[in-house]
Amino acid sequence: MIYLELLFGFLRVGCFSFGGAYGAIPLIRDVVRSYGWLTDEMLTYMIAVSESTPGPIMVNLATYVGSQQAGILGAIIATAAVVLPSFIVILLITILLKALIKNRYVQAILSGIKPSIIGIILATGVYMTINNCISISGAVSVNFRSLLITAILMAVIYVTKKRTKRNLSSIRLIALSALFGIIIYAV
Amino acid sequence: MKRKIWLDLMLTFMKIGLFTFGGGYAMIALIEDNCINKKHWITEDEMVTITAIAESTPGPIAINCATYVGYSQANLAGALFATFGIVFPSFVIIYIISMFLDNFLEIKIIANAFQGIKIAVALLILDAAISMVKKMKHKPLPMAIMLASFGGMLLINIFSWNFSSVSLLIIAAAVSFCVCLFQDKRKAVQK
Repeated sequence: MIYLELLFGFLRVGCFSFGGAYGAIPLIRDVVRSYGWLTDEMLTYMIAVSESTPGPIMVNLATYVGSQQAGILGAIIATAAVVLPSFIVILLITILLKALIKNRYVQAILSGIKPSIIGIILATGVYMTINNCISISGAVSVNFRSLLITAILMAVIYVTKKRTKRNLSSIRLIALSALFGIIIYAV
Repeated sequence: MKRKIWLDLMLTFMKIGLFTFGGGYAMIALIEDNCINKKHWITEDEMVTITAIAESTPGPIAINCATYVGYSQANLAGALFATFGIVFPSFVIIYIISMFLDNFLEIKIIANAFQGIKIAVALLILDAAISMVKKMKHKPLPMAIMLASFGGMLLINIFSWNFSSVSLLIIAAAVSFCVCLFQDKRKAVQK
């Protein structure tokens, strides 16, 4: 049943979404693809929409997927499911167990999960970047336009980091990439 | 009295939820301004604690903050109202957008723009990962877990294996837990 699938799918996202907005995307990607809710294209589209609307990306994505799959009730269930784990965890920590987070074994589990999620995020970033430029499935083919945009954007990220010692804001990078997409893909 | 604090929590967090573009850390500034300076609900010190807790628990930092502040002011009901408040604005906006979205992608220029955006998103994920790798503890066990998860996830992606990344996380947690138990046992034996 779609409601149950939404509930469990987004509970899973909510339980394991360590590491900020872009850290949560690999996990969301995994879940939405495994249920066939979104293609990579639509996911990208929604990430851009989420960046330009208020609120955390994973909440926005949950609302969108829920509403696409099962209307308003689906949207409510998916959004509640993605928020619920962190809500309960914070409640538990503040009410009863401030010491829990410092417990040796809890720390041991967390210190296993954290490097693992970093590895997963890294793999997803590497795979998505390569997959944009080179199509691996079937015959290998290189997409030169994407390769060009990737090279330009990497240079932009690198130069801003060197120059300003700060990261380029994600909204600006997305705006810039849209511009390059329009220009380079029109040629 | 009680009803008033509920309403106040909900409205304040709705305002924060409505004006935070760009996610996580942009939101901290707004929460500090509202909850510390204006309403005096929490202290600067508590805010640091919440941020630290938020880092090691799942979920967006904004939601963690809302739950914590809400509970500190009016217990469970406060936590519920504050969390509801912070999620509600983006829920409404995305829900409305989701009803109109589909047709946009058929316009050529927008489809082209998204060819570019797709690349930016991949690079943002890569960039987030690289800065996390730089910040993590560079000890043997975490590095091994990180590299094993990296390799595993890469293979899952390339061959489209039906193996969820959550399973990888659970395996990593189990390994780390067992290593901790093992070290404890060895220490006990040595004593």
